[in-house]
Amino acid sequence: MTKKLDSKVPEGPVQEKWDNHRFKMKLVNPSNKRKFKVIVVGTGLAGAAASATLSELGYNVDAFCIQDSPRRAHSIAAQGGINAAKNYPNDGDSVWRLFYDTVKGGDYRAREANVYRLAQVSNNIIDQCAAQGVPFAREYGGTLSNRSFGGAQVSRTFYARGQTGQQLLLGAYSAMMKEASKGKINIHTRREMVDLVVVEGRTRGIVTRNIVTGEFEKWAADAVLLCTGGYGNVYFLSTNAMGSNGSAAWKAYKKGAMFGNPCFTQIHPTCIPVHGENQSKLTLMSESLRNDGRVWVPKNKGDKRKPNDIPEEERDYYLERIYPSFGNLVPRDVASRRAKESVDEGKGVGKTGVAVYLDFSDAIERDGEQAIRDRYGNLFEMYNRITDEDPYKVPMRIFPAVHYTMGGLWVDYNLQTTVPGTFALGEANFSDHGANRLGASALMQGLADGYFVIPYTLGNYLASEGLMTDKVTDDHPEFDKCMNESKDRFNRLLNIKGTRSVDSFHRELGHIMWERVGMSRNEERLKKAIAEITELRAEFWRDVKVTGTDVGLNIELEKANRVADFLELGELMARDALERKESCGGHFREESQTEENEALRNDEDYSHVAAWEYLGDEATPQRNIEELQFENVPLTQRSYK
Amino acid sequence: MSSEEKTLTLNLKIWRQTNSEDKGQMVDYTLEGVSTDSSFLEMLDQLNEKLIGENHDPIAFDHDCREGICGMCSLMINGQAHGPEAQTTTCQLHMRKFNDGDTIVIEPWRARAFPVVKDLMVDRGSFDEIIKAGGFVNVNTGNAPDANEILIPKNDADLAMDAASCIGCGACVASCKNASAMLFVSAKISQMALLPQGELEAEQRALSMVEKMDELGFGNCTNEAECEASCPKGIEITNIARMNREFLKSAISSKL
Repeated sequence: MTKKLDSKVPEGPVQEKWDNHRFKMKLVNPSNKRKFKVIVVGTGLAGAAASATLSELGYNVDAFCIQDSPRRAHSIAAQGGINAAKNYPNDGDSVWRLFYDTVKGGDYRAREANVYRLAQVSNNIIDQCAAQGVPFAREYGGTLSNRSFGGAQVSRTFYARGQTGQQLLLGAYSAMMKEASKGKINIHTRREMVDLVVVEGRTRGIVTRNIVTGEFEKWAADAVLLCTGGYGNVYFLSTNAMGSNGSAAWKAYKKGAMFGNPCFTQIHPTCIPVHGENQSKLTLMSESLRNDGRVWVPKNKGDKRKPNDIPEEERDYYLERIYPSFGNLVPRDVASRRAKESVDEGKGVGKTGVAVYLDFSDAIERDGEQAIRDRYGNLFEMYNRITDEDPYKVPMRIFPAVHYTMGGLWVDYNLQTTVPGTFALGEANFSDHGANRLGASALMQGLADGYFVIPYTLGNYLASEGLMTDKVTDDHPEFDKCMNESKDRFNRLLNIKGTRSVDSFHRELGHIMWERVGMSRNEERLKKAIAEITELRAEFWRDVKVTGTDVGLNIELEKANRVADFLELGELMARDALERKESCGGHFREESQTEENEALRNDEDYSHVAAWEYLGDEATPQRNIEELQFENVPLTQRSYK
Repeated sequence: MSSEEKTLTLNLKIWRQTNSEDKGQMVDYTLEGVSTDSSFLEMLDQLNEKLIGENHDPIAFDHDCREGICGMCSLMINGQAHGPEAQTTTCQLHMRKFNDGDTIVIEPWRARAFPVVKDLMVDRGSFDEIIKAGGFVNVNTGNAPDANEILIPKNDADLAMDAASCIGCGACVASCKNASAMLFVSAKISQMALLPQGELEAEQRALSMVEKMDELGFGNCTNEAECEASCPKGIEITNIARMNREFLKSAISSKL
């Protein structure tokens, strides 16, 4: 039977919910905080911010990351910026407008109360980061600079050159190191969470595998925060880091944490295309390029002429043609989908035929090369470094790539999953971006959750549940059980001794996901995807070849464990996409479109969160529902014509 | 146009070391069919796929973002940290910079403070220890004034950003004959010293971080500037001068 989920959204007008809730939540007495241990998995913006802040409050924190230092988490790669409703430019921004834009941008599939809180604390984030010494861009008068971003009509994005994610992460990391220097945070690097330990329905700790020695370790705690990022690497090629994975979230799912809207993925239109079969990852270029670049493909299929040899009348500037008012600036999902359509029609360009042109020649003629250099110099340089082509002379080739996953572990207003004591923060949860995330909002959410939400809601959990006296140590048999199951799984992987490498399976899964669970989906292909993934998973467990042993560092074993999880998660994504028979945000169902081929939402039947519940490896997971109420932002259908 | 893609055959001499206890040795490999459009790390991926096919242990190397920002990748390539291209991390180096038949020598960072974990991977935990010694502003969450109450001249903010762009990869240490961490440490000290937020603790910070750096076994600076030449982010040695000023200032005026 389908379960109703309690989002625990507080009563009252949306503007007052968080304040009222903060007042009503229970507090942990300062001298009692030191009696609690909190585990934080992942040290990106959410994890580092939470670790630092909880430690400052007096909790004992154990932080874990798979990298060699917490500073390397993938938040570091975010380029553009971080939104906040400061209204420093005096251009009409407000908490309400940021809230409104985010709900609307998410295509009405996010929870209003969470989004409002996010907009509310956005300003505190900028203050906090500035105080830490984050070198934000400044005006000559010494005040902070803002720029516009991602189609917003106000300038609310703060930035540190093209390295905003890096600087914010280094700020959170430095706050973490400040606490580590006092002995309040123990940092465990090159450790991977391999199981969540739940005793009688309550989170009691985790099991990790030491990536360097191969040893398994038990860690007891009063709460576990999963700050483990997104699962975009299920597509093999994405803009995520090579190590980014969905395994920690997947272990939580198998222990009872429901997975919210797994099919909501964001595909970014302006990435550097794949060069060949050895491609290992994709690189994103800022969307700002579409402000001056014109997207086109040859009108004739299979036109192999060099771009500059194709005369104007034989070019199809398809975005300008289909969307005369928005042109090249249509939203991410529309631009992405149209690019793939052109390629599928055989009009793709470049050696592989899997790209479209982004042409700056008109802009250069209009504004001069120097002006373009000033605007995009660093991006052009990056493009040139990777492709060896000069975009000042030859049109860029671009193609969409998987960039972000809006879906994630279902959490209530307190960021708690459906397993008491397990919380999910940042990209790892599903909560704030609905079916589509706006630019410069990922950094905001990670830091909001870590600095300003979890410190309150975690205290409420610890104080409410009698956990002061009710302790479970790692001597509890459940810890050994979890550890032995993990050991067995890793040994099983090693003992298959098949013929195909881990990467070959990952690539094949990625191909299925991209073609069938990518930016344009239909029932037939999704059903096919489920069948193909099931088959591939069976083959993986029969024929994967993992070299080396269980002692010491084994990169293949590490990868095999993650790919095994992706082979299950990919299927859940397809299932979720199949059941959501509407188009919204990044989820486009071909069966649900307007006469103009635009995404058509079905608010009547799908204005809800799908929260998937694990019922066993052989059983079909159950789709539960959290109804979404839109009391403040009226539901409208977008149009970019 | 990169349609001039070619394939290369390479002779690779790669450092193999089972673990930190092992003595380690150089091993020769031949790799055919390397696309000039591949990145250096994709070339190593290709070699690893081949090794796995032959039932050999693949080569362990550090990497993550492959966009030149996380600081995870390393590698001494033909004796140069991050290889021959200026201001380029290993992950952003492409095989079109090499020629068919080239011999490429690939080694891990070598420094007492960076012990080898396996093959080309080293432990850079000592950098975290240095940051822990003072590379932060003591401000707890919630204590911050409005961001625009701290006015910072644009020029100072820009200089601080230059210093802050350090990715902590350790190329500076690896390329220094003394295995000095001065460039890394000075970049953090500079960033903080240039900003009013960091000023209150500037004295203590410089002393503690430099002391920790010495304690961890990093060498001294003898002004060879190899660190600056190898830095993938273009961090300048003027930061070291700034750090020395900060250190001297604090040593003279120390109330400790």
